[in-house]
Amino acid sequence: MQNTQPPEYAIETKNLFIFYGSFAAVSEVNIKIERQKVTAIIGPSGCGKSTLLRAFNRMNDFVPSSYVTGEVLLHGQNLYGSNIDPVEVRRRIGMVFQKPNPFPKSIYENIAWGARINGFKGNMDELVEQSLRGAALWEEVKDKIHKSAYELSGGQQQRLCIARTIAIQPDIILMDEPASALDPISTLRIEELMQELKKNYTIIIVTHNMQQAARVSDYTAMMMLDREGSRSGTVIEFSETKRIFTNPKDKRTEDYVTGRFG
Amino acid sequence: MNPNRDQFPEGDSFRRSLSGRYRLASIWQALFFSALVIAILSLMALLYNVIDGSFGYVAYQYKNDPAQFTEKPLNDLNQQELLALLKSNLSAGAYKKLDNEKPIEKRSRADLHTLVLERLIQIDTKQTWSMTDSILHSAKIKAEVADQYPGAKLDFRSWLTFDFLVTPMSSKAEFAGVRTAILGSLWMVGIAILFALPIGTGAAIYLQEYADKNFLNRVIQTNINNLAGVPSIVYGMLGLAIFVRAFEPFTSGSIFGMTDTNGRTILSAGLTMGTLVLPLIIINAQEAIKAVPDSLRQAAFGVGATRWQTVWHHVLPNALPGILTGSILAVSRAIGETAPLIVIGASTFISIDPDGPFSKFTALPIQIYQWTTRAQSEFHAIAASAIIVLLILLLTLNATAVLLRNRVQRKY
Amino acid sequence: MKQENTIMETQHFRPLDLRRKIRPGESLIQALLFLAGFLSILITLAIVYELGKEAWLFFGSPDVTFAKFFGTTTWQPGIGHFGIWPLVTSTLITSFIAICVSLPLGLATALFLSEYASPKARSALKPILEILAGIPTVVYGYFALLFMTPLLQRIFGDGVEVYNMASAGIVMGIMILPLISSMSEDALSAVPRALREGAYAMGATKFETSLQVVLPAALSGIGAALIIGISRAVGETMIVAVAAGSGPNFTFNPFKAAETMTGHIARISGGDLSYNSIDYNSLFAIALMLFLVTLVLNLVSQSVINRFRQRYE
Repeated sequence: MQNTQPPEYAIETKNLFIFYGSFAAVSEVNIKIERQKVTAIIGPSGCGKSTLLRAFNRMNDFVPSSYVTGEVLLHGQNLYGSNIDPVEVRRRIGMVFQKPNPFPKSIYENIAWGARINGFKGNMDELVEQSLRGAALWEEVKDKIHKSAYELSGGQQQRLCIARTIAIQPDIILMDEPASALDPISTLRIEELMQELKKNYTIIIVTHNMQQAARVSDYTAMMMLDREGSRSGTVIEFSETKRIFTNPKDKRTEDYVTGRFG
Repeated sequence: MNPNRDQFPEGDSFRRSLSGRYRLASIWQALFFSALVIAILSLMALLYNVIDGSFGYVAYQYKNDPAQFTEKPLNDLNQQELLALLKSNLSAGAYKKLDNEKPIEKRSRADLHTLVLERLIQIDTKQTWSMTDSILHSAKIKAEVADQYPGAKLDFRSWLTFDFLVTPMSSKAEFAGVRTAILGSLWMVGIAILFALPIGTGAAIYLQEYADKNFLNRVIQTNINNLAGVPSIVYGMLGLAIFVRAFEPFTSGSIFGMTDTNGRTILSAGLTMGTLVLPLIIINAQEAIKAVPDSLRQAAFGVGATRWQTVWHHVLPNALPGILTGSILAVSRAIGETAPLIVIGASTFISIDPDGPFSKFTALPIQIYQWTTRAQSEFHAIAASAIIVLLILLLTLNATAVLLRNRVQRKY
Repeated sequence: MKQENTIMETQHFRPLDLRRKIRPGESLIQALLFLAGFLSILITLAIVYELGKEAWLFFGSPDVTFAKFFGTTTWQPGIGHFGIWPLVTSTLITSFIAICVSLPLGLATALFLSEYASPKARSALKPILEILAGIPTVVYGYFALLFMTPLLQRIFGDGVEVYNMASAGIVMGIMILPLISSMSEDALSAVPRALREGAYAMGATKFETSLQVVLPAALSGIGAALIIGISRAVGETMIVAVAAGSGPNFTFNPFKAAETMTGHIARISGGDLSYNSIDYNSLFAIALMLFLVTLVLNLVSQSVINRFRQRYE
């Protein structure tokens, strides 16, 4: 409503710090994420990748004592502004988690539920089918969509979670190591799916797998602890994926992507 | 572009529906909260109801005028005078019976004073009022008493007094106390724990430290969990059939030379209650043993200890506070249990202190049950007082358990 | 010094026998501990045997027929009336009332405590429920007779008898509330965080998440709580013995007095009961029914809980 022009960037952070109590888990992040591209966040474990990702749809709100300083801008509005409703933020920015977490309902209900609570007025059967097709799952489940989602394999469950996310038509999809709990074949399918999805959605993915980042992403944010002995992570380099992997500016990035880290 | 995208409310219409969702949420949240409020109010109503019953006005009359027995006011008589009064006015049989219960000469002045009131002057309670009524409608009550019971006295009294704790049972509410019942409860719980604690701890050690995962041990474990859920009255039936009837020679003490008793003794009650709390003790002790870190066992095995040495020297001492906490909770369960005692035949009226495991008995909850089910309101008043005694007893026990538990938690 | 020691040991031959040794003390202790564990089986067997034996005598009596037991509605074993229904219906009615009170209240309390209350509020409020759970049932009986009944009489008028099933049932519900609440709370908090996060990430409010995702996911655990609650209500004695009425009465009016199975056992056995009478035997028959019903309920509840735990572990 505010802007009629499509915004230049999907998400923009300004001086973003994320605290748990007095401890800054992530400090001073300034990145601009392109629309309809896949952006990967990589880095060693414990450097705040997931924390940063969860800051983009205010999932950190559920961690007691966590808070944020700086800004995360979506369409020019600060997600942490005082007049912002976190429920609406999450309705616009969907998320797929590390482990598949379908609801203990039928496959159909898993998808229909989110649409229903968000006031979907159209044809629900059509939406379910389209979302399942969008997640490349329709052919496998079309005969059992009223069966429990728990009957699906892990990879299918993860695609179901993607399907239920795209069913509510978000602008951005966050993925937190979406393939880390899956076998290689399922991983491949998710990666293919991401290429398909980026035609319509902006995707931000956290991964600890550098090959994956290289394969799927257009842009890469490299995170590290900000200095020796600190526990606070930050983005040390952010640019096109090609560049991060072939010609990084930062020595630490080079060490990490070439496996000399640590 | 995806046509479904247009089917979702956007902008203001979305915001309107969202605030509707929030409104619904707060209504439900208020409902959830009110359930909790109802629970709290119920507890408060219960406690208030009990306290309300233990204090208040009582209207009573003397059946026989004190002047008929003595010129001096009753309160001024000393022990000897009271004694003489009893001796000269009670029938020989009644006097002998009292003397048998406890030699009359050795009784205290207060005790004799009560006896004179109870046996000679004979207080006749007309009506009692709750604390709230007594405070709010004092004038109305006074008028009512003057009208309906001419000559009656009206006193505001606390039914819960120190005397109430130390006086034995009486058929008159005014003179009744819970001494016999408290002693009965203590004896019974003592026997129950003596029986259940060693066996329960042993069973817990077996299940946690020795048992393989075979069929029999799984059955034992499931069975213990189920026994914990068997209605207490069924334990009463078991106690009646086994301890009272089948083991009568033992529980009545006749094989030890006791005569004139049957199986409805403290011993039967204690064993029944012990059986009832056994599964609780086992389950709690298992939890306590489970909480002992495995590193401790490995350290002991590592220096060549046998399994029992490990258990006895390392596991048990560390699990002991937890086991004791569980036992205290079991004790408080046993103290409050009523149904099994009714079934195995607690005596409804008994005024002699229990003097051993083969005595007949009554217990605190039995007295509460008896008094509550009487029609006269003065018995409800002493039932309320007995409830306060019982609740304070339980509160003390549970507070001890909580303190003990907190000390254990600090350790690991 | 240390060096020397090792040399000494290698030089001198030390006889070593690693074969299993019999330690009589250890074996004896293990046997005793096993017996302690096995005693619980003996207790169960004793319950089944003793209740079964006397119940057998009851059902074996020529006066007691299947048709009379289930086909008539008067229970007076002393004078040859053996219709079990009045005791069963009043047990069902009081239990039903108790569940109607305790299930919604207990569940709502659990939802509030696990989903909304801050940790501080929870640690302040939970002890109150624990106190409620620790109050002896005879005290609840007093409360039912001397508080709830007068209250019902004031609300519903003279139709409410001094002893009535409604008052006993409601108070029984209050007694069971903490049990249902704490078991439901356990079930709710066992629902993995990932499931909540999945719902939040789709733009669900906290309330929608609690009621439409977490609650259904915890449903089997809550079902187990309900079953245990029923079992507790059916077996509860003192509240009904004090407040529900003394005397079997075949009625469906909750404001009337009617004795339950447990209340009947308590009243009859509390009197002067001679062994080997049909009255005595009949009590065991009732107790056997109670035992079997609660046993089945407890077993079902336990297996539901086990399956629930497996699912989320």
